[in-house]
Parts: sequence; C-alpha cells; structure tokens
Amino acid sequence: MTAELGHLALALAMLCGICLAVFPSLGVWRRDARLMAMATPAAYWQLLLVLLAFVCLIENFINHDFSIQLVASHSNRDLPFWYRVAASWGSHEGSMLLWILMLAAWTAALAALSGHLPQAMRARVLAVLGAVSIGFYLFALLTSNPFERVVPAPINGRDLNPLLQDPGMVFHPPLLYMGYVGFSVAFAFAIAGLIEGRFDSAWARWVRPWTNVAWGFLSLGICLGSFWAYYELGWGGWWFWDPVENASFMPWLTGTALIHSLAVTEKRGNFRSWTVLLAILSFSLSLLGTFLVRSGVLTSVHAFATDPTRGVFILMFLCIVIGGSLSLYAARAHSVQASQAYSLLSRESILLANNILMVVAMFAVLLGTLYPLILDSLDMGKISVGPPYFDAVFVPLMLPALFLMAVGPLSRWRDTPVLPLAQRMRWAFAASLVIALLLPLTADSDYKPMTALGLLMAFWVAGGVAMAAFENMKTPSGAVDLSRLALQPGSWWGMQLAHLGVAAFVLGVTLVNSYEIEIEKKLSPGDVLKIEEGLSLRYAETTARQGPNYEAIQVRFELIRDQKVVGELRPEKRRYKASNMVMTEAGIKRSVLGDLYISLGEAVDGGWVTRIQKKPAVNWIWIGVVMIGFGGFWAAADARYRRRRVNSLRASPSDASSKIGKVSG
Amino acid sequence: MSRWLKAGLPLLFFLVIAWFLLKGLDRNPREIPSPLINRAAPVAVLEALPRLDDRAQAIAFKDLIGQVWLLNVWGSWCSGCQIEHPLLNRLAAEKLIPIVGLAWKDAPAQSHEWLSRLGDPYTMVVMDLQGKAAIEWGVYGAPETFLIDKNNKVRYKHVGPLSLEIIDKELRPLIASLKQ
Amino acid sequence: MSQALPNPLPPVALDETQQQRLRRLYAEIRCLVCQNQSLADSAADLAVDLRHEVQTQIAKGSTDDQIKGWLVERYGDFVLYKPQMQASTAILWGGPFVSLAAGAIIWKLVQRRRSLSPSQRQVSADQLRRAKQLLVADDDQKGS
Repeated sequence: MTAELGHLALALAMLCGICLAVFPSLGVWRRDARLMAMATPAAYWQLLLVLLAFVCLIENFINHDFSIQLVASHSNRDLPFWYRVAASWGSHEGSMLLWILMLAAWTAALAALSGHLPQAMRARVLAVLGAVSIGFYLFALLTSNPFERVVPAPINGRDLNPLLQDPGMVFHPPLLYMGYVGFSVAFAFAIAGLIEGRFDSAWARWVRPWTNVAWGFLSLGICLGSFWAYYELGWGGWWFWDPVENASFMPWLTGTALIHSLAVTEKRGNFRSWTVLLAILSFSLSLLGTFLVRSGVLTSVHAFATDPTRGVFILMFLCIVIGGSLSLYAARAHSVQASQAYSLLSRESILLANNILMVVAMFAVLLGTLYPLILDSLDMGKISVGPPYFDAVFVPLMLPALFLMAVGPLSRWRDTPVLPLAQRMRWAFAASLVIALLLPLTADSDYKPMTALGLLMAFWVAGGVAMAAFENMKTPSGAVDLSRLALQPGSWWGMQLAHLGVAAFVLGVTLVNSYEIEIEKKLSPGDVLKIEEGLSLRYAETTARQGPNYEAIQVRFELIRDQKVVGELRPEKRRYKASNMVMTEAGIKRSVLGDLYISLGEAVDGGWVTRIQKKPAVNWIWIGVVMIGFGGFWAAADARYRRRRVNSLRASPSDASSKIGKVSG
Repeated sequence: MSRWLKAGLPLLFFLVIAWFLLKGLDRNPREIPSPLINRAAPVAVLEALPRLDDRAQAIAFKDLIGQVWLLNVWGSWCSGCQIEHPLLNRLAAEKLIPIVGLAWKDAPAQSHEWLSRLGDPYTMVVMDLQGKAAIEWGVYGAPETFLIDKNNKVRYKHVGPLSLEIIDKELRPLIASLKQ
Repeated sequence: MSQALPNPLPPVALDETQQQRLRRLYAEIRCLVCQNQSLADSAADLAVDLRHEVQTQIAKGSTDDQIKGWLVERYGDFVLYKPQMQASTAILWGGPFVSLAAGAIIWKLVQRRRSLSPSQRQVSADQLRRAKQLLVADDDQKGS
C-alpha cells in the first residue's frame, strides 16, 4: 500500500512542479502578483509530497517489503537497519528519488528565504527550478519508477552490495547530491537574469550564499567519497580519476570559479558573462555526471545498472536543459556588460586568471574522461585513460592556481602595483622556499624535486593566509591589534579557512606521495615484520568472526615500537552470506601524523599474503577538504546576506540604471 | 558577428559532446577488441600444452593448417560456458569444422567430469594450467571463441557465451566464405 | 573460485630497485577483468597471472617499454592506463596545454580591453593616499 501511496505522491509532486513552472511565469508575463505568489505554496507542497514519497520508499525497505523490485534487489532480511535506510538510495531509481527530494528541498528553501527579492525575479527563479524538476519527475515516473512491484515476491532479497554496507553510504550520496542539486539555484538565477537582462550587484549578492553552500556540500561529499573509498576498497588509494569521481570533480572546479567570479560581480560589477556562464556550466556538469553514471557509456566502479533507454532519455533532457540555457546565453550574453576597468595586475585580473585556470582544468578532466568514448565512436580503437594521464596533466595546471591563491587575497581591486605586493610577500616566499628545500633533507629517502615543489606550494598558500591575517591585525597607523581580526566579515574568514584547507590538502598529498612505504609479504602466525627503524608488526593470531550478515576471518596484528606493543590492527576478509561476495576490510591505525594500513591478499597455507602501507600525513588530505567545505559555509553565513533590505531592490520600470537590456544585438 | 561566435562557442562545444554521447550509447565500453584479428594465430603455445586425454579424433596442430577451425576457451568453473555449451554440441554434431577446446586454469579431473556431464564437442582439449597460453591469445574472460582460417590467421573473436544469433548471423557466413 | 591446480606459477625473485619498478609499472596497467583497477590492486585470477608475467619479464631484463609493448600486442591499447603518444592521442595529450595557452591569450585580450589608462592609474594612487589619511584620522578619533 505504501508503495502505491508513494507513487501517487510522486505524481502529485510532479503536478506541483508543473504549477511551479507555469503559474509564476504567467504571472511575470501578465504582471499578476497573485499568480507570481503561487510559487510559494507550489514549492512547499512539492517538498511535502516528495518527502512523503521518499518516506514511503524507506518504509518499504525497513519493513522488508520484497514485493517491491528495488527492495528485492537491494536489501535482505539480515541487513542492519541503517543500511536498509541507505539502500533506498543505493540504486539508480532510489538515487533519482533522492535527486528529486534534494531539488524540492532547495526549491522550498529558496521560496522561504527569498522574501527580499523583487517579485518578478523570485517568480522566474522558482519557475526555472520547477521546470527542471519536471524533467526529473518524467524521467523517474516513465523510466525509473522506484515503486515498481515484482510478482511473485521473493522470500528474501538479494542484499545490498557489501561495498555499500558502510556508514559512508549513509552520508556520501546525500551530501554529494546537496552539492550537485544546489548548483541548480545558481543556474536558475542565471537563467532568470538572462531573461530579465539584469545582473547587477544585487543579483550577485542574492546568488552568492546559495552557491557557497552548494559548493561547500559538494566539497564535503567528494571528501567523504574519497575517505570512504580509502578504507573500504582495501588497497589504500584515495582518488582513482574514475569517470564518476571526475563527474563530481568537474562541477566542483567550475563551482570554485563561480564563487570567485561572483565575488567580482558583486563587488565590482565585472565578470558578469563569466559568472552567468559558470553558473550554467556548473549545473550542466552536474547533469552530465548524472548521465555518465547511468547510461552505460563509460565503465566505472560506481556505475549503476545501465540501460541505454534511460541513457537516451537523460541525453534528451540534457539537450533541452543545457542546450536551451547555452542558446539563451548565446542570444543574450551581449546584454550582460561589464563596467569597470582594471589594470594588468589587479585582483580582477588575478581572479580572471583563476576563472580561466579552473575552466581549463575542468576541460582537461572532461577530455580525459570522454576520450575513450570519442575514439571508440570514431572507430579508432579502444584505449584507456587512467590515473597516470590525469596526474601528469592536472598537476601542472594547478600550479599557477596555487601560486595565485596566496597573491590574490593580498592584491587590490582595480590596480595592484607589483613591487609593494612582492615586498609584502617576501617573507612568505622566503619561508616556504626554505621549508621546501630543507624539509625533504630530514627524511630518510631520496630527495625528489616534486616533493620540494609540493611543499613550496603548500607553505606558500599557508604563508599567504598568514600574511592576510597579519595585515588585517594592523591598524592604519601601524600598531598590531588582534581584535581587529574579529571585524573581518564571514566571507573573509571563509576564504582564509578554505585557502588554508587547500594548503593542508596539498601538504597531505605531497607527503603521502613522496614518503609512503609499501611492503607486500606472505606472513604466518608468529611472524614479525620490520617496517622501518624501531617499528615492527607481529602477526598475533587468526580468528573467525560472525557479523550480522557475513562471516569473517580476522587477523590480529600487533604494532611494536621499541619492543613495546603500542597498538593493534585487525584486517579481515569477509564473505557476505546473501551475495556470496568476498570483501577485504583493511585494518587501519590512524593518527594526525599518518596511517598504518594493512590489507589481506590471498590465503596461502596457514598465512596470508599481506600488504602493509605506511602513509604519512594522509589524513591531512581529508582534513584539508573539510576545511574547504566549511570555508564555503562560513562565507555564506556572512551577515551581509542576512540583513533584510527593506526599500532598496524592488524592480520597477523606472529602474533603468540596473537594467541593461534595451540594446539589441 | 564575432560576439555571437564567442557567446555561441559553449553551445557548440556542448553539441559536439552530445553527439559523441549519443554515438556512445550503442557502444559497449567494456568490450575489448582483439589485436590478433588478421594476424598469425599463436598456435605454438597451444602445441606445448598437455592434452586432456587421448581422443580418437585428435589431430596434431600442424594438421590444422589448411583447415578452418574454432578455438573455444572454457572452464568448468565458468557459468557462461555452461550456457553456450549446448550450442557447441550442436555445432560439433554438424561436423562443420573442428572445435579445439582450451581448458583455462581448470583442474583436469573437473574438466573431465564437466564434459562427460554436459557433452563433448571438442576434437581435442589442451589444458592451460598456468594461464600463460591464454595470455598469448589475449583472453580476459571465459568463454571466448576464436575463428582461425586456412592460413593460420585469426579472423574473428567473440567474447562471452555464444548465442544462436551470433552463430547464424556471424560465424556461419564467415566460415562459409573462408572455406572457399 | 581458485582451485588447487597442478603446476602453479613459481614465484619470481626481484631485488629492491626491480620491486619499485614493478610497482610503478603495475600502476600503468589496467586490470582487464574488473576494468576499474590497476594491476597492482586487482585480486582477479587473470591479474595474478599477468603480475607474474610482468615479474618474469623484469627478471629477464626487459625494459618497461618492451613489457608494455608485449601486453599491447596481446590485449591492445586498452590495457595501458597511460595512453601512448600516437596520432590518435595527439589531441588527448596536447589538448590541455593548448587550451592553457588559449586561456592565457584570452586572459591577455580580455585584460587589454579593460585596462586602465595611465591617467586612471595615477588617479587611483592619489585616491589611495587620501583613503589612508581618512582611515588614520578615523582611527585616531575612535581613540583605539
């Protein structure tokens, strides 16, 4: 019963989406305030109905209703409770419902928090969101109904893929989708702005907090995905340049450009067409990612069960949304004009370079991801493009961006003379150079230039943050006053935190790649393996263990430092009963300074082929990205966005100064 | 005019990408084409392998030169092989062409038992216990079937279980043309 | 799935430098069974066999290029994670750097359109001085 109720709720939600797309648009056309105001109840009802549908689906999973196709293929009687909940979004159909839920949530949030927007703009933005959601409803209801029944109902389900039976599954997709879908808000504002021909500072100020929050969520979602893959997949890697990972990374890159470009548009009125294009691109890349994961055109460890008919539908949807918005951009971009001049070296030009670098990086990732498909379509053979390619291409592209990251916040708008800037930065430069050159000398292994380069960039960026903080502590007369820092707005703090996060990330990556140790050896009970000076591992014992829906063989290793047992690790091999899949669970000892990572390979008479990895500073990779994400949130929390503007921004026909649309192309 | 060009560039890019995505929808990204097609079949590695048993119709590999023949890679552990096996039995019964079996990383006792249970279409079976011969043939997943022509050149490879459609629409015409 | 077979592959002994070379090489070879892992990480039977083959060839003294060429002869370009530089991958390898160069040109062109005239630049230096004066005066007034 609940499945049918959920199905009905979903269909009704689509009706709300249609109302949301149609009536406010009519209202704008006819200048009818009541029609425009219908956006609000439509958005709220839509959210309520989608929530109801989602709750129905979850209820089916929790209560083991195996007559539902999804539950039969992705759940099991022995599956623990929270994984049953997470299994509802562990399939293509369920995750589409999650997309729809997120879209409804962002729409409702925008409806609730946009009271200060001019009515017409607000109506247009909500209408665009409604129109986008119609496509998703149609897709779900016509090709991917999560409530499909299966007759006869099996007694027990096929179980959720053991790889997904993990807390990561509970949080990673929701966080990621909050990010992907959140870019739809910037997209809607861009479309509304293109239609109206209006992109003044007010427009930018409205869009910024929404975009920063979406970008923050995307950062956290990607971070969690990487962290999860690291401990779950069992071989110590944290990024594979897998097509689906790239699909989440590309919108992040253009999203980064977008949040910086929005800063320029808000403060200086420049970069308007860049900002609009980036907003369209970011959401388009989110949609493209959705396509890539579900259509079967690319192999990926993440890909859902593929179906070319679905692929065709999504592709049509992509053409309508992306093709339509880019056509609108092509037609109306000339009405979006920048105003202020700026010099060759200025904050504007630095941020312009940043925009360009992020777009080039996105293009490089896109090229590598799609290239096998392109060659195959042209009947030019089948190749693979993997991590060696992406690492070789991506790192050089990022170096200029990292360099600018320290310089940008210290530069001035409009014109920054080089010499004073260089003077201010000389300490940061000197310090980072010294650390970069000397630190590798203290390590045991050979000196690698790449290590020095990585350290240089990490400390350079950190030095930039330190300089910015220091300069803001000084009064105009030159005295140092710590409390002045508190005067800085949320957007300043967010920026410094995010940049510092980047420095931490680069530091983590550099140290792990330069100094990780890997040993693969057959070990039996009682063996002692020396990892490095003063650190050894002892194979203590093998035990068998029963889990809720699996049986496991666990090996207990003791970590011995200077003849004393300082810790233990318990890697496992698990066999999940329902699917008969064998999974390798790594044993990890974590610390801020690094991880010790053990995974079991093949069983060989009495022992195991064991892979031991020592990964220094690896956790800084994720700590850094968490800082980046929260930097985004902090910037969005800037008080500027929360002040209610009472009399300022009502759109009126006489408000010609902010409307630039009368000039025809 | 150039304004339109610049503003229209993203749209153009997207259309190009969309076109490739459309073409990609009817490709299989997991399928790996064989580089052995139209090249000499690595028969030498097969010659060096032990035979499953002494079969009545077994021949030496050198006798296969001048004949069109099929190499089928299988294993008793492989479920897809079980699906295609009846088709191979029927094909062998027609006595169209000799079918040589390559038992890939299979214990001899189990290969035997599997064949006696499910039927034996093979003129002879060689056993690749270490997997080295399969690598020479570019095998990555059983079952795989190769068609070799009279001049010992590989002319066709199919990955995955054979189906009636593949046999009728692709194999038979090719065999017929190669036999002339 | 793994059975006890007669004649299992004998282990290959390699020294430290060879082991490092081995790991670097593994990272560039794609596992053909799962197709989403490198040869280093895959547990598939074929991957075990291929790893043994690569080890044997390193022990015999083959160079990295020879080993990769050997694999490509049998499995095609698909088996290499790092695409070889050939005509069909020219755009792949060149594309990012060409677009970086194009980006630099765009940057210069956009910037030139928006650049400040010398008089404007002079004006801004004056404004800066005046702003500083105002800020100092303001600060003094607040008595902080």
